[in-house]
Amino acid sequence: MSTMPAPLLSLVDVTRTFGGVQALSGVSLDVAAGRITGVIGPNGAGKTTLFNVITGAYTPTAGEIYLDGARLTGLKPYQIARAGIARTFQNIRLFSSMSVWEHLLVAQRHDGSVFGRLLPAGLARSKAGREAEKALVFFGLEKVRDRPARELPYGTQRKVEMARALTANPRLLLLDEPIAGMSHEEADELRHLLMRLRADGLTILLIEHDMTFVMNLCDRIHVLDFGRQIAHGTPEAVRTDPAVLDAYLGADT
Amino acid sequence: MSGTLLLQQAINGLTLGAVYTLIALSFSLVMGILGILNLAIAELFMIGGYVGFTLIIAGAPLPVALLAGMLAAAALSLVIEKIGYEPLRNAPLITPMLSTLGFSIILQNLATNLWGSDPLQLPGDMLATRIALGEVSIGAMQLLVIGAAIVMVAALAFVIRYTTLGRALRAVAENRDVARLLGVRADRILLIAFLLSGLLAGAAGVLISLHYAAITPYIGVETGLKAIAVMVVGGVTRTWGALLAGPLIGLAEVATVAYGGSQIRDFVVYGLMILILLVRPQGLLGGARSDQGPRV
Repeated sequence: MSTMPAPLLSLVDVTRTFGGVQALSGVSLDVAAGRITGVIGPNGAGKTTLFNVITGAYTPTAGEIYLDGARLTGLKPYQIARAGIARTFQNIRLFSSMSVWEHLLVAQRHDGSVFGRLLPAGLARSKAGREAEKALVFFGLEKVRDRPARELPYGTQRKVEMARALTANPRLLLLDEPIAGMSHEEADELRHLLMRLRADGLTILLIEHDMTFVMNLCDRIHVLDFGRQIAHGTPEAVRTDPAVLDAYLGADT
Repeated sequence: MSGTLLLQQAINGLTLGAVYTLIALSFSLVMGILGILNLAIAELFMIGGYVGFTLIIAGAPLPVALLAGMLAAAALSLVIEKIGYEPLRNAPLITPMLSTLGFSIILQNLATNLWGSDPLQLPGDMLATRIALGEVSIGAMQLLVIGAAIVMVAALAFVIRYTTLGRALRAVAENRDVARLLGVRADRILLIAFLLSGLLAGAAGVLISLHYAAITPYIGVETGLKAIAVMVVGGVTRTWGALLAGPLIGLAEVATVAYGGSQIRDFVVYGLMILILLVRPQGLLGGARSDQGPRV
């Protein structure tokens, strides 16, 4: 881990203000390709704002964002998604009218022709069907394939969100608190799945409160507090960083 | 009233109901996605009717007239989206709705100037074939209206339920922000929704004017707006709800005219709507805006 690969995602001095409040101020960070990078910080540190700025849900007030050298700043959310960034949500955002299977089709791009859009997607032999099947098997969702996604247990819903994000065939996967609401067993299982994805070359950026999970999984960690980056480095370095300890102790009392 | 006449009235009610279903789906396509009532749909229905009707009188074949009416209404629907909705997308919902009210009055005015305020009539012998079914008869036109409506509703239901486009429409309807983050072009999906909405309204207009063998510039207000009641009764975003509620309202209306008199017709239709709003605000089959997801 001494030499980090080239960054896939780069944030350069990104600031986002809401009214007078700086939700992010001058955040610069690199997400190394093929690695798992963690973002931690107390509540209100700006972690979810960071995701919203990366995905284009909010445009940065200042600063630049690059994906593999291409400028993302100012692109529309669907353009950023198509450039290769997929995400999940801290508060699960599944569609109530759709089964698990349909969720695995909705993020997939079709060939763009009018007739392609009007054909029933997700037929077993189509490309979309194969991609969906792969995600279904990877997350072990075969048994709930045709169930309405919103009726499933919380941990399973999180998996559906991740599977949906993966079917978009992203280069960078953003996970917002992926194990919130999961049991220890489920979290451990997920950790192994994420390690398999990393082994396959996927780049992952995740927000998580569970320190054990983050420390055991991430190659590199960035720490935010009040919208500023106060530390970054390997899990070992961050764990013992006085600024980090201070931020967490300060926030918890 | 004899049983035969009752059956005849039932056929008339179903024909009217089939048209209501089409317009109700036109309203609900836009309502389901944007949460706004596009009031101009009633007038798109009227304009579509005039375009088709004029072509029929000029001797065009029926499918051509139907298609032309649909395309004219769809084109106007896209104009309304571009001018009446898109620039106002971040305004409160009442703002684009007022804009559609403006469009509806302009369109009615346009029709009055183009075609006059007197009804246009089909020559008596045109399209008047009747098919006897025992003691009752069904006009070939009624068959066409009901048949075309069923085909279009089925096609729409298929598109929404099974296709890539339908899935994108549902995703945008439920949570536009999440759909965008999944790579769905929400702005284009909105345009497509307005396009489909216009096609349905135009088809309904051509069909109803052929059913009545007459059309006036006020048919939008008299008939088109009633589809709002159908939409409410069926449940705002439920395709099958509209399929049930359209004939229900159509039958109620025809029965009211037959037994009570035409002067209380609208009282019954809109009274039914208010009653449903009071006792079952989500509509008969549910599907009001309650299942709309939260934003990011």
